[in-house]
Amino acid sequence: MATGPGANQTATEREVWRLLAGVPDPEIPVLSIVDLGIVRYVRCGAEGRLHVGITPTYTGCPATVAIRSATRAALDEAGHREALLEEVLSPPWTSDWLTPAGRAKLAAFGIAPPAAAAAAAGRVSEPPCCPRCGSPSTERISEFGSTPCKAHYVCSACHEPFDHFKCI
Amino acid sequence: MSAAAAASARRDPASSDALFRYVLRLADTSLVLGQRLGEWVGHAPALEEDLGLANLALDLLGQARLLLTYAGEIEGKGRDEDALAFLRDAPEFLNLTLAEQPNGDFAQTIVRQWLIDAWQIELYEGLMASADTRLAAIAAKAIKETRYHYRFSSGWLVRLGDGTGESQARAQQAVDSLWRFTAELFTADEIDERMDAAGIAPQLAAAAERWGRRVEEDLGRATLVLPAPQPHPWHGKRGVHTEHLGHLLGEMQHLQRTYPGVRW
Repeated sequence: MATGPGANQTATEREVWRLLAGVPDPEIPVLSIVDLGIVRYVRCGAEGRLHVGITPTYTGCPATVAIRSATRAALDEAGHREALLEEVLSPPWTSDWLTPAGRAKLAAFGIAPPAAAAAAAGRVSEPPCCPRCGSPSTERISEFGSTPCKAHYVCSACHEPFDHFKCI
Repeated sequence: MSAAAAASARRDPASSDALFRYVLRLADTSLVLGQRLGEWVGHAPALEEDLGLANLALDLLGQARLLLTYAGEIEGKGRDEDALAFLRDAPEFLNLTLAEQPNGDFAQTIVRQWLIDAWQIELYEGLMASADTRLAAIAAKAIKETRYHYRFSSGWLVRLGDGTGESQARAQQAVDSLWRFTAELFTADEIDERMDAAGIAPQLAAAAERWGRRVEEDLGRATLVLPAPQPHPWHGKRGVHTEHLGHLLGEMQHLQRTYPGVRW
């Protein structure tokens, strides 16, 4: 279920994907909403209007409202005032939808990304490698962190605490 | 029953009212439990647990918002999630009695959470196959969060139970004092039976059996004793509550009741 511009997209649809790739997540601004995998589709409907589908990460994530308004503003500024912004609940978002680029950005930012396709494989509680020194020897401090999408770990090798992007 | 049949059942006034009440039961249980967990913010035994409980509360609130919004649409009287959360009185709340019980000590909060997490796992797994596609979508979203909650609460149950003499005594006391509220989780009334027959809700008897096995196994790992079955005099899901709910709502609804229509 990777999201992104497909082969059969119109020029407008491709342009909007590029536009949305510039909308940052308000909590982890190194990630765009496309990196997060929450943009589910961009398509021109039969009636000629553009439809943009966005799905929430967590049901209670306070960033959802900010993401919606930032996306709306980006569409409006680019002249897509008629575009319909739709909330998609099903299928539910999974951390497996983070793009490879998104995972790399997280690691560079100091947040251990979830392993690729780990949620689908049920490997949700595997400890991540330390994003600073790369050691696989890490310890969980808490299942939760500063935002709904993160848990708190510490590295047993370099002793640095770090966030892990939760695998769900 | 197909989705189309479920939709036509919604148009029949009696079925529609039963579905409205059923969805409110789910929504109110998440809302009230989330509000309870929010009371811990700034008071938990450690910063990590403070954040953990607040994160659980946030997920539960998110689930409640989706469910309340849907309930308002089923009712069709123009009530949105805020009207349903902030402008109903206690007898109109249909949450499980267990959810409204006070936080007590950390053990009491963890045991309450674990009992409800284990119940919500059965509930949402069943609802994912619901003939009501909206409920199925909400359940598919909520189950991921609920499994994560259960990891947290069952992990703490074992740490407290199989911990020090003090933590074990407190965990056992919490299990003993909250156990009397668990029969309500699985005692089907006419609304549950109606939802089951319509293919909307999972069958409670089968869910109860799986829940019971899971709870018994966890208690064993936590070196805690399973209490004897107890009768079921509690009817939160019918709107008959313990005195605790009124106090909770007094705080939760204070702002909207004092300044009607105020916006953030």
